[in-house]
Amino acid sequence: MMAEGPRRAGDFLGLRAALADRLLPVLVAAMSFLAALALAGTLASAELAAQWQGDAAAALTIQVPQPQATTASGQDTRLDAVLAVLRANPAVADTHQLSQAEMTRLLSPWLGADVTTLGLPLPAVITARWVRPADPAALAQTLRQLSPGTLVQSGAIWAGRVAALTASLQACAAAVLIIVALVAAAVVAVATRAGLAQRRETITIVHGLGALDSDIAGRFAARATLLTFSGAAIGTLLALPVLAWLALLATPFAGPGARHAMFILPAALWLALPALPAAAAAIGWSTTQLTVRRWLKGLP
Amino acid sequence: MIRFEDVWLTYRHAAGASAPVAEALRGVSFEIPEGGFRWLTGPSGAGKTSLMKLIYLAEHPTHGRIDLFGTHAARISRHNAALLRRRIGVVYQDFRLLPQLNAYDNVALPMRLARRSEAQIHANVSEILRWVGLEAKLAARPDELSGGEQQRIAIARAVVARPKLLVADEPTGNLDDDQAERLMLLITALNKLGTTVVVATHNLHLVARYPAPRLGLEAGRLVYDG
Ligand SMILES: Nc1ncnc2c1ncn2[C@@H]1O[C@H](COP(=O)(O)OP(=O)(O)O)[C@@H](O)[C@H]1O
Ligand SMILES: [Mg+2]
Repeated sequence: MMAEGPRRAGDFLGLRAALADRLLPVLVAAMSFLAALALAGTLASAELAAQWQGDAAAALTIQVPQPQATTASGQDTRLDAVLAVLRANPAVADTHQLSQAEMTRLLSPWLGADVTTLGLPLPAVITARWVRPADPAALAQTLRQLSPGTLVQSGAIWAGRVAALTASLQACAAAVLIIVALVAAAVVAVATRAGLAQRRETITIVHGLGALDSDIAGRFAARATLLTFSGAAIGTLLALPVLAWLALLATPFAGPGARHAMFILPAALWLALPALPAAAAAIGWSTTQLTVRRWLKGLP
Repeated sequence: MIRFEDVWLTYRHAAGASAPVAEALRGVSFEIPEGGFRWLTGPSGAGKTSLMKLIYLAEHPTHGRIDLFGTHAARISRHNAALLRRRIGVVYQDFRLLPQLNAYDNVALPMRLARRSEAQIHANVSEILRWVGLEAKLAARPDELSGGEQQRIAIARAVVARPKLLVADEPTGNLDDDQAERLMLLITALNKLGTTVVVATHNLHLVARYPAPRLGLEAGRLVYDG
C-alpha cells in the first residue's frame, strides 16, 4: 500500500539531497589530486635536501698552512682565527680539526706509518659541512685574508644551490597546499549556500517546528563530510599512478640503493596521503557548520 | 500562558515598495490563561497572522513586551526558543508541509525532532491520521493531496506531539462544513485536555457555533476582548 514507506529516521528533515552531490566530490577530487602531487613534491624535496646535506657533496675541507703562525693583526694563531670564522658562519656546521692521530691515519698509506717523524711542515686540516646555501669562494677569500695560503676544498659548490632550490620547491608546494585548502573551503561554502538557498523553505519550516541550529547544521555537515571525504579519496587514488610514474622517472637519480621505483617515494608520503581525505573531511565539516550556522542567524 | 503588553509590530518593506513600512499591530495588550481558548477574528489584513507569528516566535515585536509560558519572550535564548517551539503546535495559513516528505513523515516531524522512539511515533501518527481521516493517504506527498487534505495533514502535524499551546491560522479555510466540524471537535477535545488554544478565523458562523472568548482585531488594533 505504501509507495515508499516511512523515511529512515536518519533523513527525517528531508535534507539529504540538499548539497550538490556530483559537483562537490568532483571538485574536491581535483583539488586532492593537486594536493597529493604538492605533498609528494614537498616530502620528496625534503628528502632530497636531507640527502644532499648528509652526503659527501656537502663536505668542506680546509687546509691551513703554518697553523701556529700569527695572523696579520698578530693576535691569534692562524688556525684559531680560521676556526673562529668557520664556527661563526651559520652556513657551516660540524667544524672539526683533525687530530694528530686522524692525520696519521689519513696520510700513512702514502707517507708511511709515522708521519710526524718525517718532520714535514704539515698544514692543519679542518673538516666541516655545508648546511645552507653559501658561496665557497667568498669563504675562501675571507680565510686567505687571515691566513695566506689557506685552501678551501668544497665538494659542495652545488649543494648550496640545491638546498636553495629544494627550499623554494618546498615553499611552492606549501603554498599550493594552502591555496588548495582555501579553495576547497570556498567550494564547500558555495555549495552549502546553494543547498541552503535551494532548501530555504524546508529549513524555515523545520526551524519553526523547533529544530535546533545544531540539528540543521549537523545534517548539512554530515553530508558535506561524506562528499568531501569520498571526493578526496578518489582524487588521492587517481594521483597514485602519476606519482608512480614520476618515481619511475626519478629512479636513475636516486643512486644504487633504489631498486624499485616506489621505494624512492618518501616513506612519509605513505602516511601523508591517507591523511588527505581526512583533512578534506575536516574542511568540509567545519566549513559547512560555520556556513549553515551563520545563515540560520537570519531566521528569528 | 500568553501575555501581550502594548505590542507593536512594524514590517519594513523592501526598497521600491509603495509604502515604506506596514504597521501590522499597534499597541495590542491581552492575556490568555493556561488552558484557555480564544477565537482571533478580524477582516483580512487586520493583523491576525502577525499576532500569531509573535506567539510562535517567528517574529519579534518592534515594541512592547510578550510573555510566553511565564517567560519574557525577549529574554529567551536561541536554544530555548527552539525547545519552546516544540511545545507550540502551529497550523499555518499556507500549511507549510515539506514537499519532499510523504504525509506520514510530515506528521512525524515534530516527534522526530523531539527524538521520540519510532514505535511511539508510529502509534501517535497513525492515531492522528485516523482522526483527520487520512490514514489511507499516509504515503502521498503534499503535491498529490488536495488543499483540504494538505490542511488536515498540517493540523495533524500541529497536534501530534500533544503541544501545550495550539495556534491555528484559518484552519478551516479549505475544509467543508463536515471536516470543519471534525476539526473543531479535535481542537475542543485537546483544549479540554489542557492545551491552550488560539484559532484565527474570519468565519463568524464557526465562531457562533463554538462560543468562546474572542479577540477582535481591526487594522492592527485590538477592538474586542471578551
Ligand atoms: N512579511 C510581511 N511584510 C510586510 N508586510 C506584511 C507582512 N506580513 C503582513 N504584512 C502586512 O501586515 C498587515 C497585517 O497582515 P496579516 O497579519 O497577515 O493580517 P491577517 O492575517 O489578519 O490577514 C497587512 O497590511 C499586511 O499587508
Ligand atoms: Mg492571515
